[in-house]
Amino acid sequence: MMMVVLALAVWVGAWWLNVRLARNDAPAARWVVPCLFGATIVIMWELVVRGLEVSPVILPPPTAIAARFAVSLDTLWIDFVQTVVKGALTGYVMGCVAGVLVAIAIDRSPFLTRGLLPVGNFVAALPIIGIAPIMVMWFGFDWQSKAAVVVVMVFFPMLVNTVAGLRATDAMQRDLMRTYAAGYWKTLLKLRLPAAMPFVFNGLKICTTLALIGAIVAEFFGSPIKGMGFRISTSVGQLALDLVWAEIVVAAIVGSGFYGGVALLEKAVTFWHPSQRGRA
Amino acid sequence: MRNALPVLTVVAAVFVIWYLAAAWMNATWTLDQAERLGRELSFGEILADTMNQDRPVVAAPHQVAQALWDGVFGQKVTSKRSLVYHGMVTLEATLWGFGLGIFAGVGLAIAIVHSRAMDMSVMPWAVISQTIPIVALAPMIVVLSGAVGIEDRLVPKAIISAYLSFFPVLVSMVSGLRSPGAMELDLLKTYGASRTHVFWKLRLPASLPYFFASLKVAIAASLIGAIVGELPTGAVEGLGARMLIGSQFGQPLIMWAALMAAALLAGGLILAVGAIQRAADRRMGVAR
Repeated sequence: MMMVVLALAVWVGAWWLNVRLARNDAPAARWVVPCLFGATIVIMWELVVRGLEVSPVILPPPTAIAARFAVSLDTLWIDFVQTVVKGALTGYVMGCVAGVLVAIAIDRSPFLTRGLLPVGNFVAALPIIGIAPIMVMWFGFDWQSKAAVVVVMVFFPMLVNTVAGLRATDAMQRDLMRTYAAGYWKTLLKLRLPAAMPFVFNGLKICTTLALIGAIVAEFFGSPIKGMGFRISTSVGQLALDLVWAEIVVAAIVGSGFYGGVALLEKAVTFWHPSQRGRA
Repeated sequence: MRNALPVLTVVAAVFVIWYLAAAWMNATWTLDQAERLGRELSFGEILADTMNQDRPVVAAPHQVAQALWDGVFGQKVTSKRSLVYHGMVTLEATLWGFGLGIFAGVGLAIAIVHSRAMDMSVMPWAVISQTIPIVALAPMIVVLSGAVGIEDRLVPKAIISAYLSFFPVLVSMVSGLRSPGAMELDLLKTYGASRTHVFWKLRLPASLPYFFASLKVAIAASLIGAIVGELPTGAVEGLGARMLIGSQFGQPLIMWAALMAAALLAGGLILAVGAIQRAADRRMGVAR
């Protein structure tokens, strides 16, 4: 009981501190406040689980998860390589490149653009994840089928975003290029592709999460004896929940890191865009 | 309507490519079978066979349509093989998750707009929560709700689909509730309006177009959540479970039919939400 009371005390104290911090406009508060909030939740989780003596097969405390994480680093690494590097990343790169290339190709024909855009928009909203079992049937259990699912999942959002981006230049800018006697390719490289970058990166950011979801879900339909989705579903069966949570921690770090990496790249490439300026 | 012809062309092209792919990819099996029997097949025979295999690599569109028709109209609605039954299970979870997601998204947005501390502490975590692949968490949510004593399979699915759908609502509602400008807020201040008044009379009405715009994204996300949530529940019922069953028992047609049913369900839901959005926009006088 003591621990639960302590947990509540921690919550009240941290919240009071956050309210105080949020009131003054110190630049450090932007970082401190969310970190404090996250830390509070972890501490409360630990205290409540220990205080109420929740069984570790239901919800292990964070310290147990951290301990398990430290012990099984090589298992986690194998799963990481199998699911993220081989499955998600390969598919992500292939799907995104294909989406951008097809977008550039159909952009030359207004007829195709008008036909493909509504279809692409519609397909992007469908539960494409459902093709996972078909891809497993086609490409086998190993990472190729996972990459294939990811390719299809990221292709349509990339296509739709790039096509929208290629339309982002206005007539005045294109006329200027024409007065420079720039041909189609020169205009594309020097004007339209750079102008499309904010849209392209929007698609790239959406696709980071889709790629991980696709790679993990495809493992539910069959996988070799490694991979994050495989480990999660078998460990749940063995009630090794600390290992499951360790995998979730890996997924969280990878997901946030992946997204953050793309966002950093975006900052470097589209530094000229209004949404990036004024934010130091 | 201007787009009708291009769209139809693209859709027709998709079907042509699909048929060609079916003929191409299924031919291997046909030729293998013929060789084993020591028979020579003419091109027409090969083509006919690739269109009607029991376990095709690529199911031809008419086979999928047949399987879908069978699943929807060929069974009693209560039958375990009926796609209507499985679709309803998935739809129920989707709608519960959608509702829960809207509730959580709007609630959090209201708290975030009114409290700076909430804004600074919750908003970054809401963004991070979406970069975590939910499917990693899904089996845990299923186990946890089972351990807490919730027998109903609907609850974990609804939670997973709410987790995916709350975010678009949250983001749109935060910008919607903040959309009234300084001028409008000042006007209400001169009326001596309290915070509650400002909320009900200005912020909430101003946010409605944003709210309805976010629903389309949210409903698609909830359906994905519901289907993903059905995979680790041991594949009992729902369209996701149907796909898993088809995959495990080597029945590709079941998989294709379930996939099509899910696509149709998604299309229907998006159209319905779009209609609601248009009706609401008209009532609110938003120019289209």
